Amino acid sequence: MKLERELACRQVVELVTAYLDDALDPVDRERFEEHLVFCDGCANYLEQMRATIRLAGGAGLVLPPALESRLLDAFNDWRTS
Amino acid sequence: MVEERLSREDAELVAGLRAGDEAAFRALLQQYGPGLLRVAQMYVSSRAAAEDVVQEAWVGVLRGIDRFEGRSSLKTWLFRIVVNTAKTRGVRDARSVPFSSVEDEGGTVPPDRFFAESERFPGHWSVPPSSWAGVPDERLVADETLAVVRRAIGRLPEAQRTVITLRDVDGFDADEVCNALDLTETNQRVLLHRARARVRAALEEYLG
Ligand SMILES: [Zn+2]
Repeated sequence: MKLERELACRQVVELVTAYLDDALDPVDRERFEEHLVFCDGCANYLEQMRATIRLAGGAGLVLPPALESRLLDAFNDWRTS
Repeated sequence: MVEERLSREDAELVAGLRAGDEAAFRALLQQYGPGLLRVAQMYVSSRAAAEDVVQEAWVGVLRGIDRFEGRSSLKTWLFRIVVNTAKTRGVRDARSVPFSSVEDEGGTVPPDRFFAESERFPGHWSVPPSSWAGVPDERLVADETLAVVRRAIGRLPEAQRTVITLRDVDGFDADEVCNALDLTETNQRVLLHRARARVRAALEEYLG
């Protein structure tokens, strides 16, 4: 492996979101995946970012109750019209 | 009406709504209501105005549900109705942070986690993150963990907070968020990446 082709972990961590959005060009994608094969630290980092995204998905807020009842009223108006 | 491109769940909600089923409407509100309210808030200056936009949009949804053909996902269709309603209501005036300018802030992981240039493995982990595979699921999904996530999101700068909320909390895709916030694809990604990195760091501090 040629040294100038090798990504440092410091660079890899900045590519994670682009990688997950499938926005890396094929060459960078390959280098990224190659790096993960031998780097447990970056593999863990990627897994932690995936876990972070999943947890954020569970952190949603609920609709304010006053708005919810307004919307239910609107629904019932529509249904009976 | 053909809806082969809708998920089964979406197709059931649409059928329920057409039949006037209140449970279907409640399910839709629960799933998409908070996200759509946040989208509306991007466009108008007050919470009250955003709630009005949402109400008008949902009435539009109910009136249009018979014409919904399922060419896009239900969520994308709802998103467009809210954006269009908000746009016809007024010019976007709420934004206090110019989302379009994204400053270079350097790396998203503290430099002391990596070996310095003068050391033997420059740029490689000196303090690598550990695996969370051993963290029990009960701990991962516990209320305390979600509270850590919410707090970390709440402390983010506005632009980052908005982007991570729309993308990861509400689940809108990159195109929809770029569109709603007038962001380039690159800036959207930079903001999202910084936001995720900070939330991850907060989780790491909590989970180890
Ligand atoms: Zn690495």
